Amino acid sequence: MRYALLVCNDESADVTPAEQAARFASYTAFADTMLERGVLRDAGVRLRPTITATTVRVRRGDVVIADGPFAETKEQIGGFYLVECEDLDEAIEIASQIPGARFGSIEVRPVWEI
Amino acid sequence: MTGDWDLAEECAQDAFTKALERWPRDGVPSNPAGWLKTTARNRALDQLRRAAVGAAKLQEVAMTRFVDADAESVDRSDRGDGTITDDRLRLMFTCCHPALPVDAQVALTLRTLAGLTTNEIARAFLVPTETMAKRLVRAKRKIHDAAIPYRVPPAHQLPERTAAVLAVLYALFNEGYSASAGADLVRTGLCAEAIRLARLLVQLMPDEPEASGLLALMVLHDARRRARVDAAGDLVLMEDQDRELWDKAAIDEACGLLEAAMGRDRFGPFQLQAAIVACHASAPTAADTDWHHIVVLYERLSELVPTPVVALNRAVAIAMADGPQSGLELVDQIDAGGALAGYHLLAATRADLLRRLGRNADAIDAYQRAYRLAPTDAERRYLTRRLEELSATP
Repeated sequence: MRYALLVCNDESADVTPAEQAARFASYTAFADTMLERGVLRDAGVRLRPTITATTVRVRRGDVVIADGPFAETKEQIGGFYLVECEDLDEAIEIASQIPGARFGSIEVRPVWEI
Repeated sequence: MTGDWDLAEECAQDAFTKALERWPRDGVPSNPAGWLKTTARNRALDQLRRAAVGAAKLQEVAMTRFVDADAESVDRSDRGDGTITDDRLRLMFTCCHPALPVDAQVALTLRTLAGLTTNEIARAFLVPTETMAKRLVRAKRKIHDAAIPYRVPPAHQLPERTAAVLAVLYALFNEGYSASAGADLVRTGLCAEAIRLARLLVQLMPDEPEASGLLALMVLHDARRRARVDAAGDLVLMEDQDRELWDKAAIDEACGLLEAAMGRDRFGPFQLQAAIVACHASAPTAADTDWHHIVVLYERLSELVPTPVVALNRAVAIAMADGPQSGLELVDQIDAGGALAGYHLLAATRADLLRRLGRNADAIDAYQRAYRLAPTDAERRYLTRRLEELSATP
């Protein structure tokens, strides 16, 4: 069985640089352990904050782009893809082809490249 | 590879500012595009040196999109011109990218393309400077972090993205237009900025009839600016405006632009709206207005933009062409639809039609409803005058 472990946090919370460094170290340690154990495919993905998010929907064949994360609280994450794109336009174009864009919404979030 | 957007933006802006200072004095250089690019790049290097960042940072800036684009444009500028325009057009499309909040699109456009300071933009939008600064910083961060491209979109995205650019310019114009004559000059100056940017866009996208349509529309509105409010700052209806105050030369220019645009036979909402205003603006007196033609234009517009506001305007045109009763029936249908509940102009239109039908008591009710919903003092004063006139009539 494969499982997705979604990391949720309050991005508005104030975190001191020391705390930030400690968390980063613990994430690295976690990834190392799990890579060694053979349960992780890669070291995990850290997303940039929601202010960098773009929401893509397809309605009646039109691609509708909105700034920010998806707003419908009745929608829940039902899956995800990790794609390698030239820029946001390419990511939007691919997002608009995900079937779910026609009835739900696709949140496009840049990955924090380390 | 994402670039240092801030630096690229500041330096491009700087180069254009320098060009504006120098070209009239020293003459336009033989390769204006190359001059601008070199000036911008030198400026970027200057800024980095002044900031005393080392060679690593210089390396980084060399990798920015701006300098990437730079190398490309300098190559092309050897073959001819068109590269200055390319850069400003790219900036427009980046600033008006739909992944940015609309208010940030407008602010970024003013900052990067019109060169307004953050403080001026904040004043224009009546928000604290700090709020505006934050909005701009967040937008620039998103451009950088989410890799919003710095380029003119490919053909399949162009119509939609062009519509976004046009919408930003029109929002800019309306922000200035809705400010009364006595308001902050920065606010009223937004109209001139919007027109200037639209002229640039028309020059950059000569095959886009909607760009010309938007420019014509804004010029036509602006041409009537002096007649639109009276000495007391009150709104004057189009039919009561002193047409001597209209800027005839501007109206002629707009009509010429519009004719050329519509000759391409690719009608869009801005061309149709401009055509409607042109109908008004070219009538020697209010009584000469060709309302039947305006009705036809509104019909085409409502096919493209089927919104209740367009339907309301169409109803007004029909009332003028065929009499207030036909207009009132349509307005009542729109009212029953409920989509414009709370819209003061719906109530004001109903009131006006009822008054013209001589149904004074009903008209007074409707004017009172409009008064409660009206958002500005000038509109409330206008409605008060109407109410007083009606109450004075037996």
